[in-house]
Amino acid sequence: MNSPALPIPYRPGFLARRRRAYYFFAVPALVVVGAVIIFPWLFTVWMSVFDWRIGSVAHFVGLENYIKLATNQRFLESIVHTFYFTLLAVILPLILGTAAALIFHREFPFRGVLRGIFTMPMMATPVAVALVWTMMFHPQQGVLNYLLSLVGLPPSLWVYSQTLVIPSLVLVEVWHWTPLVMLIVLGGLAALPTEPYESAKLDGATEWQLFRYITFPLLAPFLIVAAVIRTIDALKAFDTIYVISQGGPGTASETINLYLYLQAFAFYNVGNASAVVVVFFIIILALALVLLHVREKTKWI
Amino acid sequence: MSQPIHDDRPDALRRRLLGAGAGAVALGALSGAALIQAQGSGAFDWKRFKGEKIEIFLVKSPRGDLLTRFHKEFEDLTGIVVGSEMVPEQQQRQKAVIEFNSGNPSFDVIALSYHVQKRQFAKNNWLTDLRPMIADKSLADPALDFADFAQGGLNYAVEPDGRVNSLPLNLDPWVVYYNKELFDAKGIAFPKTFAEMQDAAAKLTDSGKGIAGFVARGLKNANVPVWTSFLLGYGGSFIDGKGKLLTDSSEAIDAGKMYQVMLGKYGPPGVAGFNWNESQSLFLQGKAAMWLDGIGFAQPLEDPTKSRIVGKVGYGVMPAGPKRQVSALFGDGEGISTYSKKKGPAWFYLQWASNKMNQTRMLQAAAGAPVRNSAYAAAQSSSDFKAPKQWVECMLTSARIAQPGLPVISPVTEFRDVFGVALTNMINGADPAAELKKATADFQPVLDKSEKA
Repeated sequence: MNSPALPIPYRPGFLARRRRAYYFFAVPALVVVGAVIIFPWLFTVWMSVFDWRIGSVAHFVGLENYIKLATNQRFLESIVHTFYFTLLAVILPLILGTAAALIFHREFPFRGVLRGIFTMPMMATPVAVALVWTMMFHPQQGVLNYLLSLVGLPPSLWVYSQTLVIPSLVLVEVWHWTPLVMLIVLGGLAALPTEPYESAKLDGATEWQLFRYITFPLLAPFLIVAAVIRTIDALKAFDTIYVISQGGPGTASETINLYLYLQAFAFYNVGNASAVVVVFFIIILALALVLLHVREKTKWI
Repeated sequence: MSQPIHDDRPDALRRRLLGAGAGAVALGALSGAALIQAQGSGAFDWKRFKGEKIEIFLVKSPRGDLLTRFHKEFEDLTGIVVGSEMVPEQQQRQKAVIEFNSGNPSFDVIALSYHVQKRQFAKNNWLTDLRPMIADKSLADPALDFADFAQGGLNYAVEPDGRVNSLPLNLDPWVVYYNKELFDAKGIAFPKTFAEMQDAAAKLTDSGKGIAGFVARGLKNANVPVWTSFLLGYGGSFIDGKGKLLTDSSEAIDAGKMYQVMLGKYGPPGVAGFNWNESQSLFLQGKAAMWLDGIGFAQPLEDPTKSRIVGKVGYGVMPAGPKRQVSALFGDGEGISTYSKKKGPAWFYLQWASNKMNQTRMLQAAAGAPVRNSAYAAAQSSSDFKAPKQWVECMLTSARIAQPGLPVISPVTEFRDVFGVALTNMINGADPAAELKKATADFQPVLDKSEKA
């Protein structure tokens, strides 16, 4: 077995043939991506330039659907609602989840059991969660107003008020998804090295300084991951809102998803709904770029 | 479609059926000959389509459950094999649209909600005209007897051009549930007019005790029938003969003002987000004096495990408006797909599903309010029938003064959405005239387009 390795013989066209062979292996992936991403996407763009309701003939209208959206107050408000909801539903779980993780990272009796209990909301079905919260929000019979009355506070209208509906929906979201952030951050904490803490303590650092200059910067990548996951979840939030408020009272909690659902599946207004999807996609794309940018910049922390 | 108040003796019904009136002319044409001939014939051959198989597409509901439970009985009677599918209401509506559009739906018989699907199905010609089969005495069971059907249901089954696209099964007129204890405590009688109703609500509202004088749906979309209940009493209607909306007329605005007062002033806090379930739970707790909604809630109200007001519930007919007394009506029935290749067996299924036995069962199981008048007497004679007598009377009276509670148009859901938002805004203080004007302007183009396409 000592025959020397033969050099690859140079033959014209060899590399080109070999490259062709590579392409062949990419075909299955390309087919899947084409069928489930590219084609639906192009088809959506195509539908968005038609005036088409299911059951009637489609007319080409060019950019009319988009122009109408630009002046459609209800749609524009739904964008504002989406951002308002997303902002609260990302930041609050992030803060509370991090705090919970810091607590559960310490040693104390029954830590394991308590940690398990804390993560339980995450396992519940969103629609079931929403139905239970709807009952708790009831302004006359709900348990939340009863609890408020116990501490001497006046009753609140919760999701039945146009101004409180989004914060109330966020409350459900926070209850449901803070444990997820906690788990991610807890994973991060477990992976942190102990040496920086020892040397900082020798130098006389306070607890706050330990957190601000060691824990927080080292955790930043995990926080970003949690923020990205929460943002995706909050942007696509539908079930909770649909079950609890149906976008109401009036249109006070109508996010883009709810508006989209109405247009597509209640009014069968496919052309308009497609235009909404395209606009929403552009918004998400822009947001994703911002998040990527933030991730690049996290070195400052 | 104006509809005078009728008595409901079978003879009067039949004369009415065979007589004048837009819907009745059509039915006269079909039933005059068909009914009499059919009733003259002897034994009816149910086994004619033995061995065939049909597919039924139902809505998941107590009624759908009930029919499905007795499919075996139909199979034994006819020798026809039944395959059935039950889907929740919203999904059923979506699936129906998609399947019909495909041109090859998987079902022969489909359940439809008249207030949502009637115009959509008729305009697209998705349902089979039943008249030839009703007229054919070898196909129509003599016991079909249209004279037994409540007029409100027949109005729903017949199209303006005379086609009969379905058989009605269930009616849902809107009524006023009231708390007799609260009324008695203040010495107030159940209101007979809108003015008395507002007056009673004012007197019964007691925010100190957390009691609302009135409760009904405030949540957009769901709330529209509350407003149309008022609108019909004020003498308003939805659309004129040329397809122009009448929803910003003075009657509509008066109804809007009444809606604003009844819910905004006498309704509970947060009513703008109430659907029927929130309203129901408030009423069940004895915290609302009146509740306007569909007639189908007697069962929970009389159930001691759910209700604190068992035996104290009054079932009142919708009070009269300044112009007339109308109960807003909803309902459902079954039709045969125009694409079906088994129309004969499917027609047999329709007749079986709407027969007296099944209609009586529906009432006994509290699964709905049957369209057959005879079912009420039949059910009451049975010992395990629990619904209060006043409920039955309320149902029969309401069905007589009933008119469609929503316009019979294709984009009903969008209508409810647009006007629902306007109504919710009214509860929160917006001007009814301005809101209705805006909603009408927004919706008119949608309606125009739906009728043109």
